[in-house]
Amino acid sequence: MAAKRSNEPFLWLLFSAGGVVAALLVPVHLFLFGLAFPLGWLPAPAHDTLLALARSPIGRIYLLVFCVLPLFHWAHRFRYTLYDGLQIKHLNELVNTLCYGGATVGAAFAVYLIWRIP
Amino acid sequence: MLRYTEYPPRGYRVRVSTYWWTGRRAYLRFILRELSSIFVAWFVLETLFQINALAGGPSAYSDFEQFLRNPVVIASNVISFLFVLFHAVTWFNLSPKAMAVRLGGKRVPAALIAGPNYVAWVLISAGVAWLILRG
Repeated sequence: MAAKRSNEPFLWLLFSAGGVVAALLVPVHLFLFGLAFPLGWLPAPAHDTLLALARSPIGRIYLLVFCVLPLFHWAHRFRYTLYDGLQIKHLNELVNTLCYGGATVGAAFAVYLIWRIP
Repeated sequence: MLRYTEYPPRGYRVRVSTYWWTGRRAYLRFILRELSSIFVAWFVLETLFQINALAGGPSAYSDFEQFLRNPVVIASNVISFLFVLFHAVTWFNLSPKAMAVRLGGKRVPAALIAGPNYVAWVLISAGVAWLILRG
């Protein structure tokens, strides 16, 4: 019987690439926008400064990578947290659908929002 | 017919408690590392709100900034930041295990493989902060 080709390597690649983005880029964003600016440790940049950064072609590609890859990182890790950690194995198909499906919906939403930046 | 299943074969099976990861520090660390992904996803959602607010104009963006000053959001960002740092450190420290580089028949020391990750982290973080703060 021919083995069904697994899409696991592809999902693992997304997980791994998302892990790199989450490690290299998320901390500095989270520190600045989530802590330093709201708490007044550093002067927050003006709306038009950020818009100028976000709307450039490189800015859009950057934001797309920043949002999409970590979502698939989450999907893969969270799936296995439920599988190994809480041993929810009987709901495997449902968990997979919710995790990778959720990440796909999030990614589509990211594409839409980034496309829409004026 | 042999068929691969994701489930163990029927028959004798040792029952593992749902809370098996509370018994040892290393297990707890493993689960906390896996849970860091939730905080990564939460910050991606925050960033999507931010992009939406940026596109919506200055008043929509100042509403978003107001939302970020909410004590509950700040508390969740403090927790998220700790988890994301934990993810980054464990991720970089894993790289020597994922990449076994050999030079002249000897394995390159782990610190020489993990080290450049930390250097890249500092440089990239400084570059991103400079772009955002330069105003």
